[in-house]
Amino acid sequence: MHRIRAVEEEIARRYPEGQMRCPVHLSIGQEAIPAAFAECIKTNDFAISAHRGHAHYLAKGGDLNAMIAEIYGKASGCSKGKGGSMHLIDLKVNFMGTSPIVGNSIPIGVGLALSSKLKGTDQISCVFLGDGAIEEGVFYESVNFAAVKKLPVLFICENNLYSVYSPLSVRQPKGRDIAKMVNAMGIKAASGKGADILMAHQMIQEAINQIRTGSGPQFLEFSTYRWREHCGHDYDNHIGYRTQEEFDKWKSLDPLDCLDNVLSHEHIEVKEKINAIKSQIKKEIQIAFDKASSAPFPLQHDAYQNIYAEQA
Amino acid sequence: MSQKNFAAAINDALHQAMEIDSSVICYGLGVTDPKAVFGTTQKLEERFGSERVFDMPTSENAMTGVAIGAALNGIKSVVTHQRVDFFLLAMDQIVNSAAKWHYMFGGQNTIPITIRLIIGRGWGQGPTHSQNLQAWFAHIPGLKVVMPTTPEDAKGLLLASIFDPNPVIFLEHRWLHNTLGDVSDGDVRTPIGKAKIAKNGKDITLVAMSYMTIEALHAANYLETQGISCEVIDLRTIKPLDWDAVMKSVTKTGRLLALDSGFTTGSVAGEIVARVAMEKFNALKSAPARLAMPDVPEPTSPALTKNFYIRAGDIAIKIMEIMNKNTSKVRQDLPEPTPHDVPGEWFKGPF
Repeated sequence: MHRIRAVEEEIARRYPEGQMRCPVHLSIGQEAIPAAFAECIKTNDFAISAHRGHAHYLAKGGDLNAMIAEIYGKASGCSKGKGGSMHLIDLKVNFMGTSPIVGNSIPIGVGLALSSKLKGTDQISCVFLGDGAIEEGVFYESVNFAAVKKLPVLFICENNLYSVYSPLSVRQPKGRDIAKMVNAMGIKAASGKGADILMAHQMIQEAINQIRTGSGPQFLEFSTYRWREHCGHDYDNHIGYRTQEEFDKWKSLDPLDCLDNVLSHEHIEVKEKINAIKSQIKKEIQIAFDKASSAPFPLQHDAYQNIYAEQA
Repeated sequence: MSQKNFAAAINDALHQAMEIDSSVICYGLGVTDPKAVFGTTQKLEERFGSERVFDMPTSENAMTGVAIGAALNGIKSVVTHQRVDFFLLAMDQIVNSAAKWHYMFGGQNTIPITIRLIIGRGWGQGPTHSQNLQAWFAHIPGLKVVMPTTPEDAKGLLLASIFDPNPVIFLEHRWLHNTLGDVSDGDVRTPIGKAKIAKNGKDITLVAMSYMTIEALHAANYLETQGISCEVIDLRTIKPLDWDAVMKSVTKTGRLLALDSGFTTGSVAGEIVARVAMEKFNALKSAPARLAMPDVPEPTSPALTKNFYIRAGDIAIKIMEIMNKNTSKVRQDLPEPTPHDVPGEWFKGPF
């Protein structure tokens, strides 16, 4: 959680330098969910995500250096500079990709689950999505198919209340319980507080355990909040789409503080450990950014490569 | 080698592919129903089981994404839609994901999926059951677009498509399903991206695809009797298009008529005319021409589709105009067949 936060903060800090020349969607404020997920998922399980995908990539074990290099548009990037922040992949840990077209990666995650079933493995597939994706038709199509085939899929919905700057109130009917709605489609569903990593961890672990036994897909919705602007490095409360009060309320629920407080309360020595971890993370991030900023760009010629895959 | 129709050749290819590679799966609305998609998916489920051959929810977009996801883990899906038009619901998955996944993640994985789409025509298929959208698909980098004409190529190109590591849009014209031809046995593959000279000639090059090739051959045979020798190129693949074959033929004949079963504006035929005009201008003895469907949705009533399609007579007249020949007898010699809205007596509807 600290690592995700620190990476995102460093991206935000350096973004105005103009070297990261692609849109970035930061997960600051939403880290508890991916961090909990990281503790529960196996390396050979599949995961797929969307535009706000840095945290999921890192949580799945994606290579930090390759991600930062990708955002810098470098040849050493995880997509060799072809994808940028919105197209992250690390096949070594079965992080299978991200797509910024809302809802686009959902059926792809379901297809990965179908492949596990066909191949008879116990791999599950995790699909990260936001509240906006709930409004896409493909979400219903995908949940429906996963339910029909009882596929090993875990849908994790991070509900941060906004689709770009459009609040839930203009997008979904008042009082909708998303988990209840999904449950009515025939799959197990629950919702929880996304700032509470212990709760998130318990829910994700339980769901994964059950899915792995072949009991079919599940859906988890977590309430959460992105602190910074929808896309970019800055804060954007001043533009008027959300109130300072709302922001302050959510910021007071900082998932990092929540966990640190619980831990420090129980174990006095934890603070020291956390600080040691933080300084370790800082070093690691420094290296990643140094490497990325000094790495060579892909050759211009590479733009014309990989349109088609060659026959093996 | 045995004689079979186009639909049976498709069925043969599917059986072959599933037999030689257990990672091939086949699904789509109706693939396991009693009609088996015009017979093309017959006996697949019986032979290969319901894990690999299955009917699906009416969810064209998600089911395309499912094929992509499965492909990321080595599964080769053949997804079938009984009309092209339904597949328009899947444009996000095919354009934003299938076509680009290999490219946008730096060439790390492949999307070996085949999308079989059937083009309807006549018998009141109307505005939303008859669209020829090959030009749309060909516009998208990363997609391959295949349109066989003969049963042999239907089998060979379907096998090549299934085992191609890229997403392939495989367009079958419904009016070809009952055409007969010799089809080789076994795992025979027709290379994607290679056109075929369907008829040799020296006066003019006709470039056609799918069902238009049949009309082109009718016209060419008629024109032979009028002293005009047509070279007919059956493109077979729309993307990547076999430009060498087109340019070579035009260099030889000095004239071009590009035919298209799709709407005129933005058509594949338009692209061919453009490229030939740009690259072979000096070889041309007359202005390159095209004949494609009007920029009009296909109407439903048989009264409205009369003289609506590009038929052999239209092609012959166009060619004779290009060659400065008298066209007065063509309508009489090559009338629109009656009834005009079916491919033959065998077709009794409904689709």
